[in-house]
Amino acid sequence: MNSLTGTRALARLALRLDRVRLTVWVLGLAVMPMGTAANYLSLYPTDQDLRAVSAVLANPSLVALSGPLFGVSIGGLTVWKIGVTEFILVGLMSLLTVVRHTRTEEESGRLELIGATVVGRYAPLTAALLVTTLANLAIAVLIALGLLATGLPAAGSLAFGLATGLAGMLFAAVAAASAQLTQSARAASALAGAVLGGTYLLRAVGDTGPTWLSWLSPTGWALHLRPYAGERWWVAGLFVGIAAVFATAGYALVARRDVGAGLLPQRLGPAESSPALRSPLALAWRLHRGLLLGWTIGLALTGAVMGGAAAGIGDLQSPNQQLTDILTRMGGNSGLTDAFLAAIFGITGMVAAAYTVQATLRLRQEESSGRVEALLATPVGRVRWAASHLTFALLGTALLLAVAGVAGGVGYGMQIHDVGGQIGRLLGAALVQLPATWVLAGFGTALIGLAPRFSALAWAALIVSVLLVELGALFGLSRWIVDATPFAHVPKLPGSAFTVTPMLWLTAVALALGAVGLAGLHRRDMPVA
Amino acid sequence: MAEAIHVDALVKTFGPTRALDGLDLAVRTGEVHGFLGPNGAGKSTTIRILLGLLRADSGSARLLGGDPRRDATELHRRLAYVPGDVTLWPNLSGGEVIDLLGRLRGGLNVKRRDELLERFDLDPRKKGRAYSKGNRQKVALVAALASDVDLLILDEPTSGLDPLMEEVFRQVIREEQQRDGRTVLLSSHILAEVEALCDRLTIIRDGRAVETGTLADMRHLTRTSIEVDLAGPAPGLDTLPGVHDLRTHNGTVRFDVDTSALDAVLRQLTTVGILSLTSQPPTLEELFLRHYDRTQADGKPQTKVTR
Repeated sequence: MNSLTGTRALARLALRLDRVRLTVWVLGLAVMPMGTAANYLSLYPTDQDLRAVSAVLANPSLVALSGPLFGVSIGGLTVWKIGVTEFILVGLMSLLTVVRHTRTEEESGRLELIGATVVGRYAPLTAALLVTTLANLAIAVLIALGLLATGLPAAGSLAFGLATGLAGMLFAAVAAASAQLTQSARAASALAGAVLGGTYLLRAVGDTGPTWLSWLSPTGWALHLRPYAGERWWVAGLFVGIAAVFATAGYALVARRDVGAGLLPQRLGPAESSPALRSPLALAWRLHRGLLLGWTIGLALTGAVMGGAAAGIGDLQSPNQQLTDILTRMGGNSGLTDAFLAAIFGITGMVAAAYTVQATLRLRQEESSGRVEALLATPVGRVRWAASHLTFALLGTALLLAVAGVAGGVGYGMQIHDVGGQIGRLLGAALVQLPATWVLAGFGTALIGLAPRFSALAWAALIVSVLLVELGALFGLSRWIVDATPFAHVPKLPGSAFTVTPMLWLTAVALALGAVGLAGLHRRDMPVA
Repeated sequence: MAEAIHVDALVKTFGPTRALDGLDLAVRTGEVHGFLGPNGAGKSTTIRILLGLLRADSGSARLLGGDPRRDATELHRRLAYVPGDVTLWPNLSGGEVIDLLGRLRGGLNVKRRDELLERFDLDPRKKGRAYSKGNRQKVALVAALASDVDLLILDEPTSGLDPLMEEVFRQVIREEQQRDGRTVLLSSHILAEVEALCDRLTIIRDGRAVETGTLADMRHLTRTSIEVDLAGPAPGLDTLPGVHDLRTHNGTVRFDVDTSALDAVLRQLTTVGILSLTSQPPTLEELFLRHYDRTQADGKPQTKVTR
């Protein structure tokens, strides 16, 4: 048997296991550029509109966020708007897929089962890379065809598809190496994810300061391939070269290590626990703190950058009427800057709600993994156990929003020399989102209490809410459908008047859902697998 | 209080599956009680009802004089539990889990903990994800045994341990037996373990207790194998009540005898004159197998046991 025997069977298995997950990723990533281009076509019908909006985008904060605008055209604008997001997401998809079919399988012991059959040493990694390549190829082709169908130039469309697919392959190769280094799949994904985040930061710094830094970052290369702005095809060679280096490293490491082992040493923990670890809440803190810290940093950075970007909005001399309309619809009705900020904090609220859902569903994770059994056999009651995790879902989200508000206030205030005043205003704009996120925590708790096997529907609720709020008006959905989502009731601050009634209603709904969930949890059998 | 656990006609269904079908179980205070049955017999379901995790459909369960569901918090202060499938938090060290579970129960004996870590040869500094199944089980065992509680509920605690560690486990449980008033419910499908440790046992099958009592009680129901060289012929041995499967080969006589008839048969043999005699007491294994064979012979629907 050679070292690749069984690759085809494993690849087929991986495709079978991932058929829903990868399909959703591929379609989602393929549709976004097309949708953005179509949106811009209707938004900026004339060259004058394009030039007006392009002038705003030179703002350093926006450049840091999305990169420089290389071409004043619908295509150029589309790449600017969606490009970096697309490259980050495709990288995430690729690294998660590779780790899932290599280190996760190995950690769970399933690979041992497979390894005892006729499977070559390099087969699992090759199969994982093959499947990921297939997904990236599909994304690249679909993006190119979609943009072409929207009526954009062929070369640029092809370049954008290529850049996205290559970015995905690069991070697949990074994951192929990182999956060999650590014993835990989580750590392998985190390592590859850190590389991904690092390339984003490098590009952000490089695009606003020394340009050569941005040339060190693959996320930067994707933009430097210049779709719709005089394509530089040779940049594709950079991707291929570096991806080959990482993939080769991955294969070399596979050959050198034992199944199940990593190359980085396992860190040991303390032999005795600190005196503080003596309550369910202390345990929950241990389990949530990493996630919460990551989110806090992310929202602080986003808040600061967005606050900074808002200052540039005010410089806009002849605002495009439709852009103003859009912002006003999303944001409020007093001043373009306030409308922009209100729209940003509306989105921030929905982003923070993703943390809320994640932290709430941790309850379910603790249950289905079986860890809860030993805990509930101690004097810790179920409601107390649930409350320990929900504390982080509820107050953790409050912390995230507060941090985003303060950071936004600092970012905006520094630009307009009013830090003190803006912190208060934007802290308010962020915190009004809180009751709406709590409704999702309540919904998640109700699912866990009443229908534990369906608790992942909490994610569906968040996604549907986001889609309804963002697209409801665009598609002319009737008001009562949009009103079904909690975010439709959040006052649009800053700018609009603050009304306390919807906040009270949202809080009441959240509490009622939570109470129903806890009552169900109290009554039902545990653990439900 | 004479009984630490009293379960009466307990029924629990999961959808179409009847996991418990009128189970009775009585565990006396201070004893080590074996809870014996094949996989899927309903042992873990019973234990989870006793811990208040599952709700019984009908029947009653009492634990340390309280209601397992209503009084869960108070009762759990007085018991420690080792699940059949121990899962740990991947980023907490074994030592942290031991201390946490002990403290949640209201404190643990640090000296005892260190002694147990030593005897079970467990490194408490490893993170949860790095432990093998056996070592995860040791973490839960140390946490349970280092707590000062009235009742230990152990669900197949040795299924991942190697023979050396299993011997350590037996020693530790024997020491627990010496302590006053400490009750142990030991679920297992390993007969030798139950035989070595338990004062009384209950055999469960398809959600129902099919046999309960001391090992001695149960041996009465079974047969001893005898192999004997006699000074002369022993006529009429095959007609004695309680003698089965009599075979003679080169003057050596082999037969099985009901334990209740042992005395009469041995008297008969001594009148002839015994040159040598070996006897094999009934093992739990035989008891177990015989029991399953018997119910099979009754023509009851058989599903699980085929040995």
